[in-house]
This record gives sequence, structure tokens and C-alpha cells, in this order.
Amino acid sequence: MTDERFDSMIASLLRTGVALSAGLAFAGGLWFLEVSGRGIAHYGRFTADVRGLGALARLPGPQALIFAGLLVLIATPVARVVFSLVAFALQRDRVYIVCTTLVLAVLLYSIGTALW
Amino acid sequence: MNVAAFTAVVFAVSALAGFLGALTGLGGGVVVTPVLTILLGVDLHYAMGASLVSVIATSSGAAAAYVKEGFSNIRVGMFLEIATTLGAVAGAHLTAVIPASALAVAFGVVLLYSAWQSVRARAGGARRASDPLAERLSLNSSYPAIAGVVHYRVSYVKAGFSMMFGAGLLSGLLGIGSGALKVVAMDQMMGIPFKVSTTTSNFMIGVTAAAGAGIYLSRGYIDPGLAMPVMLGVLAGSLLGARELAGTRTRALRLVFAVVVGALAIEMLYSGVSGKF
Repeated sequence: MTDERFDSMIASLLRTGVALSAGLAFAGGLWFLEVSGRGIAHYGRFTADVRGLGALARLPGPQALIFAGLLVLIATPVARVVFSLVAFALQRDRVYIVCTTLVLAVLLYSIGTALW
Repeated sequence: MNVAAFTAVVFAVSALAGFLGALTGLGGGVVVTPVLTILLGVDLHYAMGASLVSVIATSSGAAAAYVKEGFSNIRVGMFLEIATTLGAVAGAHLTAVIPASALAVAFGVVLLYSAWQSVRARAGGARRASDPLAERLSLNSSYPAIAGVVHYRVSYVKAGFSMMFGAGLLSGLLGIGSGALKVVAMDQMMGIPFKVSTTTSNFMIGVTAAAGAGIYLSRGYIDPGLAMPVMLGVLAGSLLGARELAGTRTRALRLVFAVVVGALAIEMLYSGVSGKF
């Protein structure tokens, strides 16, 4: 695969991830405002209610939909790195297969901390 | 304030921050956190979580355009991301042990630096001899210009790599993109052309922020109700700002924005030192 072709695929991957995430967050946001818009905003004190990926199952519908959008957003750069790994593997670029694997390992570790 | 009104206000200020951030090149994320905490009374950790998420959105949105134009150097980006992601993980873990008031002070210092960085005349990095390491890592590359393809060499690879760890650390510690520091490392230290540095930095910000975001998620910093208007606002504002950028002269705007950022920095420092967080 040529670098130009590779770049253009990365560009569409990023654009799709951001658009999907914004769409989910927007839909969830409208739903959230309809259900809880009249409640009182309380972000002044930290409570750590929404903790870890498991929050997706515990949150009420509207917040869960927004949360799904945020997770898609966080997954977008990760998908980009996975995609780069495949591209470097196809080019048999050993140095960059190693670099990309390291970056991916750090990302997966970070997301792994949110599993529990 | 009820949730609907609060959400509308947060969306509006985030859109403005994203718009000005894109126009001036400072990035929207860096002003969102002080505005949320100082003006709207949001807890610092929630503000950092929402800001970090918005940073991923704007970086990925803008990177999509730049990658296609052929300015960003994907190999430089990937190599340096090893340092930025490790730094971001370390920084995000540190937020659990560093008191909020100390984070606010660090934030103030970074804001002051960003304001200064955005208004000072930019001295291009001196062109230096290529680093043998840059050749081994195939970092030397080229970019398209009006006069034809411009080739460039990369130097001080190890020093740049170390500085990128610091940039990642600040990103995870404060929930920002730390694009300014990434650009300094590439442009000033590694001798990478400015246009390539800024677009590659943008490309790296998303991955760096994602590395901090996993840990933010595990600590509960990312609240959907708050992150939603911040992310959508900054994204909308920065897309508009990027469209405006082509035709406007930004010098005056840059100055005004730098003054605003400087004022926020001082407020942040004052609040941190006087223990308001």
C-alpha cells in the first residue's frame, strides 16, 4: 500500500469516528435535556458516579447514549493506531511495527484501567 | 441554574473557545477548563475530563484534513507518540495524588506560557545536520509547497523524544492537548518545518489524549452531561474557526485572545494559591 493511499484512508477513518461520536452525543444530548433539562445542574462537587466502562450499563438511557458517543470518540485514535499497524505490517516496516505496537500497548493499558 | 440553561451556556462558551482556539492556533481545550471552573463553578476534575474529550474531537477532526494534504509526517508522529502516550498515562495517574489547588497552579503556568508563545514573534528553528537516528527511523521526509516538494531532515531525535514525554505528561495531568509544547519540540528542537510540526502535532494530540482518557474514565472524570455540550461546542467552534482561518488576518485577534488567556491564567494561579479548588 502506498503512503498516499494510507493517508487518505486514515483521514476518512478519523472523519467517520468524529461524525459518529458527535451524532450519538447530539442525539443523547437532546434526549437528556428533554428528560432532565429542568433539574438542577450540579457539577460543583466531584462524586465519581460515572466510573469505568461499566457505567454504560448503569447510566440512564440518555446519558448512556452520550457516553457511547464519548467512547466512540476515545476509540477513534485507537482505531487509527490499529490501522497504522496493519499498514506498516503490509509495508514490512519492522521499525514502525515495533513503534506502533508500543503505542497501542500503552493505549490498551490505559483503557484497560477503565474496565474494572 | 437548571440543566437546560447550564448546558446552553456551556455549549456557547465552548463554541467560542473552539472558534478562537482554531483561529489563533492555541487550541480550544486550554481555555475551556479555566472558564468552566472559574466562571461556572464546575469541579476541576470534571472540567479536565470534558476538556480532554473535546481535545480528541478537534484533533481528529482537523487531522483528517491535514493528513490528506500531505503535510503531517506519520512516522515522526508515531515514533513520538510512544513518548507522549507514556507521559499522558503517567500524568493522568498523578491527578489522583496531586491536590486540585496544585493542578490549578500548574494550569495557570501552562496558560501563561501558551499566551506568551502565541504572541511572540516566531523564530524558525535553525536547520541542523541530520541525526543518524533520524535516518535509521526514516524520519526525514518532504512536504508539498507552491514552489515544489520541500525535503527536510530531522535532528536532535532523543531530545525531542524526551520533551514529548513532558508534553504528554502535561496533557494527562491537566486534560489539555499540549499542542504548543509539541510544536516547540518539533519545530524549535528537532528542526522540523513549522507547517509539518503543527499538523503532525495535531495528529498526535488525539492519540495522546486517548491515552489519558482511559485513566480519566476509570477515575470518573468524564461526566456525559457536562462533556456533551463541551465536546459538541468546541468541535463546532473549531470547525468554523478553521474555515475562517484561510482569509483572515489573525494578528489582532491573537493578541486579544492572548490577553484573555493571560487573565484566565492569573485567576487560575490566584485561585490555586488561595486554595479555592
